[in-house]
Amino acid sequence: MAPAQASFFKDPASTQNIRGILRVVILLTIAAASISSRLFSVIRFESIIHEFDPWFNFRATKYLVKHGFFEFWNWFDDRTWYPLGRVTGGTLYPGLMVTSGAIWHALRMISLPVDIRNICVLLAPGFSGLTAFATYLFTKEMKDSSAGLLAAAFMGIAPGYISRSVAGSYDNEAIAIFLLMFTFYLWIKAAKLGSAMWGGLCALFYFYMVSAWGGYVFITNLIPLHVFVLILMGRYSGRIYVAYSSWYALGTLASMQVPFVGFLPVRTSEHMAPLGIFGLIQLVAFVDYLRGHVSSKQFNTLLRAIVVVITIVSFSGLVLLTVTNVIAPWSGRFYSLWDTAYAKIHIPIIASVSEHQPTAWPSFFFDLNFLIWLFPAGVYLCFRQLRDEHVFVIVYSVMASYFSGVMVRLMLTLTPIVCVSAAMTVSSILDAYLELDTPEEPDEAEIKKAKKSKDASVTATGGFLSSKAPYIGIYSITSKVSVIASFSVYLVLFVLHCTWVTSNAYSSPSVVLASRMPDGSQHIIDDFREAYYWLRKNTAEDAKVMSWWDYGYQIGGMADRTTLVDNNTWNNTHIATVGKAMASGEAVSYEILRKHEVDYVLIIFGGLLGYSGDDINKFLWMVRIAEGVWPNEVQERKFFTARGEYKIDADATDTMKNSLMYKMSYYNYQSLFPPGQATDRVRGAKLPAEGPVLNTLDEAFTTENWIVRIYKVKDLDTFGRDHFSARAFESGKKKARKTGLGNRATGKKGRRNVRV
Amino acid sequence: NLSAGSSSVDIANAIWSKYLSDTPQRTKLIDVFMVFLVAVGVVQFVYCVLAGNYPFNAFLSGFAATVGQFVLTASLRIQTNPANKNEFSSVSPERAFADFVFGSLILHFFCVNFIN
Repeated sequence: MAPAQASFFKDPASTQNIRGILRVVILLTIAAASISSRLFSVIRFESIIHEFDPWFNFRATKYLVKHGFFEFWNWFDDRTWYPLGRVTGGTLYPGLMVTSGAIWHALRMISLPVDIRNICVLLAPGFSGLTAFATYLFTKEMKDSSAGLLAAAFMGIAPGYISRSVAGSYDNEAIAIFLLMFTFYLWIKAAKLGSAMWGGLCALFYFYMVSAWGGYVFITNLIPLHVFVLILMGRYSGRIYVAYSSWYALGTLASMQVPFVGFLPVRTSEHMAPLGIFGLIQLVAFVDYLRGHVSSKQFNTLLRAIVVVITIVSFSGLVLLTVTNVIAPWSGRFYSLWDTAYAKIHIPIIASVSEHQPTAWPSFFFDLNFLIWLFPAGVYLCFRQLRDEHVFVIVYSVMASYFSGVMVRLMLTLTPIVCVSAAMTVSSILDAYLELDTPEEPDEAEIKKAKKSKDASVTATGGFLSSKAPYIGIYSITSKVSVIASFSVYLVLFVLHCTWVTSNAYSSPSVVLASRMPDGSQHIIDDFREAYYWLRKNTAEDAKVMSWWDYGYQIGGMADRTTLVDNNTWNNTHIATVGKAMASGEAVSYEILRKHEVDYVLIIFGGLLGYSGDDINKFLWMVRIAEGVWPNEVQERKFFTARGEYKIDADATDTMKNSLMYKMSYYNYQSLFPPGQATDRVRGAKLPAEGPVLNTLDEAFTTENWIVRIYKVKDLDTFGRDHFSARAFESGKKKARKTGLGNRATGKKGRRNVRV
Repeated sequence: NLSAGSSSVDIANAIWSKYLSDTPQRTKLIDVFMVFLVAVGVVQFVYCVLAGNYPFNAFLSGFAATVGQFVLTASLRIQTNPANKNEFSSVSPERAFADFVFGSLILHFFCVNFIN
């Protein structure tokens, strides 16, 4: 290479403009990659909302767009939790809906009228681009902009984040992770500069985060922890005081404006850490101020004693307030993160959610690929340098690693920090091995000189520790090339892995089920929407539908009918009521259904198709939740055979066979098969030849693949008989006049002879 | 100039006289404002203890206004203190004052919003 050209590349000043342009181009490319890798499900299927929770967010957004902000704020929703209703404005995090409502209005303003559904579907990909940018800014504060670009690239396509932000997953996490990273960036900036403005901005974005996601508690506890660790390390400075005080004072007040949060920041244990640190930092600041005036050693020890005493007093005061219930103890959801067996024993409804299970090792590799083994190396590099902001990375890594080990769902909060510290690792490797120069053997006199100039360059570039240590460098071209080549291979493999995982694991809408035919063509099973659409079109506007809570939001969103319970599990007793109705015999459940004015009962049955997430598999949770409230009337033990097995075939217990759920699931099911051949493909069991008899319900609709079955609750008998005798009477009559009615009966059955 | 065995009253007196002699006028003004804020906060708190906290949001916003204003003023004081100049290399006193105004505006907006 010509010497002039070489110096051109080495001199940072001459390439500043090119670097700036490159940075912008790379960031734009990363944003494009992160958006386009989230579009698999839209391209393959269609632009719809996935999963369960997003359906409520979507419905709330539609309400916001239609009725305006103030109506939305005071929205009392009488179409959920039927007899009770839900004060929606006070029980949701409005950040997501308000964001997409604002985007909708902004697009209208520039005469681009886009359907609100498309905005909701594409919100998460859009914000993932912003997340990559926020990660870039954050990592830039930790190391330099080249590490920032790597972190942005990792964050853009890491499956751990994609899993919650594909197009159509219109959930709170869609914007929350961006806000999380941006709040942390602002915090780091504030702590670095000691500026109240950055602290105030951090508080404003913290407010936005509070309005968007319940995971804001993570921020509320992580920032004080960072400050606390800094104080313990003896790194207290005026900058920390300015940043933390301005953040806490403004942020806490701001967070209380969200109705769902309300007075929680002063009343619950989750928020006591920031308050305690706020008090502590005032003390420390005061003592620090006094220390400037007095130099006596004895006095310093006296002051230290004062601080210790006050800390102990305020801590015990906190404990006292907690014990006397002025401050609420940890809520079950947070407590179960510490005592991991708590939820299973005391609150089955928390344990019943599949995302609340501990994480297995493979999912770390699956979601983060090679980042997971670069992650500890990055944390180690932070330890070697250990500026104030590196302490934050360390604290964040430790906490997030623990939480993601306890709960699958919290993998999401781990992913950003893994990307950041892996990017720091890769970038420092590249720094060392991409040096064009081969170092020359330095003689004694030059070492001192080199040291001096190195120190200068360290302060100029904010360089890495390895450059502060005696400069060794890599001598042989071979080692440079081989290391760089192997890391390039890993980077390429990472991209391939991410694309593969996104395409295969995280891009399937749960609303439509896709399966492959033997010839490889795609077969789409669309039973959910078939059933919901039937409900929407063929039932009265004010019909009440009872189903298990999982489907509450979807029924509300797609079928537009009133439900009894939904995914917002705020009233456990009401859910237990539904569980009891499903788990009891017909006589008991008919009472419950009448009392709650239920018109239709909807269940999911996967026995014909082998769809394993059906209600029979969830049935034990219904039983457990109901048992928690009525231990005498519903007993889990009675649903197991004498040998303790959960069976649905001929060995099933009488309680099981008489439960409403069993009857509804297998009603008429044996008519699909030759006599005595009825099998359940999920449970792999042969069903008894005689199907269950339903006295109080009529089958109203069953979808093509029998996934969704809807039953209509019968009215009271016209002659005042109970339903059992009425049915017995009618079936006797039918037998007598079989010739007259036989035609209708067979015709009814013939429609359902569909096999897949 | 204090001996190791001197009583805490002596130490306090020494600090006080040193404060009076060493502190610039402007910083003293800030300190008076902070003392005033503490007084207002204490009065509100005592009233809350005596009369009950029924409109709790009103109490909170009033109290948070004093606390928030106190820490913002303390931040301003720390940032403008000449002794801390090397610590706050990027924050000039004018910039610190602008930050103070910005923080106070946010604080008062939220307080007014929260008091209903």
